[in-house]
Amino acid sequence: MKKLLLSAALVFATATGAQAAGDVVAPPAEQWAHQGLFGTYDRGALRRGLQVYREACAACHSLRLVAYRNLMEIGFTEAEVKEIAAEKEVRDGPNDEGEMFTRPARPSDKFVSPFPNPQAARASNNGALPPDLSLMVKARVGGADYLYALLTGYKETPPKDVKMAEGMAYNVYFPGHQIAMPPPLSEDGVEYADKTKATVAQMARDVTTFLTWAAEPELEDRKRIGIKAILFLIVLTGMLYAVKRKVWKDIKH
Amino acid sequence: MATPTFQNPIVKWIDHRLPVFTFMQHELHEYPTPKNLSYWWNFGSLAGIVLVLMIATGIVLAMHYTPHVNYAFDSVERIMRDVNYGWLIRYMHMNGASAFFIVVFIHIFRGMYYGSYKSPRELLWMLGVVILLCMMATAFMGYVLPWGQMSFWGATVITNLFSAIPIIGDSIVTWLWGGFSVDNPTLNRFFSLHYLMPFVIVGIVVVHILALHQHGSSNPLGIDTKGPQDSIPFHPYYTVKDLFGLGVFLIFYAGFVFFAPNFLGHPDNYIQANPLATPPHIVPEWYFLPFYAILRSFTADALIYLPISWLMSAKLAGVLAMFGSIAVLFVLPWLDFSKVRSAKFRPLYMWFFWLFVIDCFILGLCGAKPAEEPWTWISQAATAYYFAHFLVIIPLLAKFEKTRPVPASINEPVLGGGDSTTGAATKPMEKA
Repeated sequence: MKKLLLSAALVFATATGAQAAGDVVAPPAEQWAHQGLFGTYDRGALRRGLQVYREACAACHSLRLVAYRNLMEIGFTEAEVKEIAAEKEVRDGPNDEGEMFTRPARPSDKFVSPFPNPQAARASNNGALPPDLSLMVKARVGGADYLYALLTGYKETPPKDVKMAEGMAYNVYFPGHQIAMPPPLSEDGVEYADKTKATVAQMARDVTTFLTWAAEPELEDRKRIGIKAILFLIVLTGMLYAVKRKVWKDIKH
Repeated sequence: MATPTFQNPIVKWIDHRLPVFTFMQHELHEYPTPKNLSYWWNFGSLAGIVLVLMIATGIVLAMHYTPHVNYAFDSVERIMRDVNYGWLIRYMHMNGASAFFIVVFIHIFRGMYYGSYKSPRELLWMLGVVILLCMMATAFMGYVLPWGQMSFWGATVITNLFSAIPIIGDSIVTWLWGGFSVDNPTLNRFFSLHYLMPFVIVGIVVVHILALHQHGSSNPLGIDTKGPQDSIPFHPYYTVKDLFGLGVFLIFYAGFVFFAPNFLGHPDNYIQANPLATPPHIVPEWYFLPFYAILRSFTADALIYLPISWLMSAKLAGVLAMFGSIAVLFVLPWLDFSKVRSAKFRPLYMWFFWLFVIDCFILGLCGAKPAEEPWTWISQAATAYYFAHFLVIIPLLAKFEKTRPVPASINEPVLGGGDSTTGAATKPMEKA
């Protein structure tokens, strides 16, 4: 019996400590505008984040679940969206002659992927497959914090005891620390339209915000409806409790 | 219960030909219920409501979902992004599964604490265990449908368990898969069965309620109702109490759906299934973790495996133990032959009940951790205790425990049985 209680205590004592062990480093918690009960996406960061994605990420990483038209939900005008979409070509068809053809992308198209298939992506990237970013924030433990930490967690010189494999970069937060993606962001790598200084940290924050939106476009609706739903439920439950008290008042139990 | 008379001529006309209104009057209105039920008795009706919620949201999801390995993942994302309020319906369904298990686990623990499974409610209890099994099968198959990494690898691990069956095991696995790996035929049949099973559950729930209404609810004192002074009609007393409980539950549930919809899920399931890339840790959904821990605790060098190592492989032992952990619930009414139902009057059982609850939590924690020390031996110890609780402790308690006197009736104030002398007089049996 005693042994069991002891082991129970041990379980709870080590539960927190064990997480930090191994090759996984927990990302530090960041402050995000979209956090919390009333959080909404930082519109400026979304706009800049799209720019970072298009200029720094899109050459290798697809965003295949997001459509250009979705950008209108975060404040882009229809004209802007049309222009962004039209920069890419998509294969369409067959036409009336039975021929496949290419045409500029339309707002209704999904973000055009940089590679036609995973094999092509690997061939151009040293054998590594750049993952699709549509759900990246939801698909990693730590979410936005992890993504931000990863983008800012590169070290030019790895610790002495680490032997790097050919073509790999050292990253503090990547599981195992050896990542095939070279540092994607560099100081002033993009020139922001709103004149924000394009530091690596700034770009990482912006693109992380943008990718959080890409993964959870419903977040603002969800929280807005959630507040109303829960307030309604609290009032309803309070009234139900009052009714219950009234109905039961003559019952001795 | 006399046949009620109805004022409304249409109701009267229908009831004369098809006595639905008489039925409702008897089973929902007059249905005499002990007046001392605590809030722990809310979870039965709550489970029924969650079942309806799951079916309702599930039917809508099925309208938009495509059960094909190439399209399943994207069709779920289409629901999340393009279907009107699709995210809400999917998050309700996803978190509804967790809520269903929370509610049902509490319902089961309540039955254990108050001895609700004892005569004359053994069949009621056993039907409940069948519902639990069906729920587990349904939840497992449902988790495969989004075709994420955990869907695929979870399905692979769990279906592979059947290969532990001697001689025919491998053929059974091939038959379950509809091929030589988890693939499109597997996804198709899981979708079909995932749609079927909830209705099977509804059927068993109806029989469960039928069995309940034969003798009525048990109660916190665990004594039979002795007359009309002990009971009150179900409506309005318990309808309103259940509705209040539903309100509290919905606040908690909405908290998850709207503000932490993926808290109970695993990030890997937002990565499309890839048969060529195994995730570092394959973990099932939280509600399967205790059972997963029991399964994994049977390793070739485990102490609990030694006594049966000559008989079967460790893998088979693990599979049998996992199913055994549910199967043992079927015989609980006979393992616990103590005449006193409620733990309120069983000073020792009460303690062992809570130890058992803690043990289940420890098992759950072990299930979430990678199979390495110290988790391996902790889960082995916890597994041993799980079975010892049912097979050793409960029968011994039933035989030797000195129970406290139970009150003569629900209506009477509880007799002065709470003094310390009664508890101290019990035989020493900590060894169990």
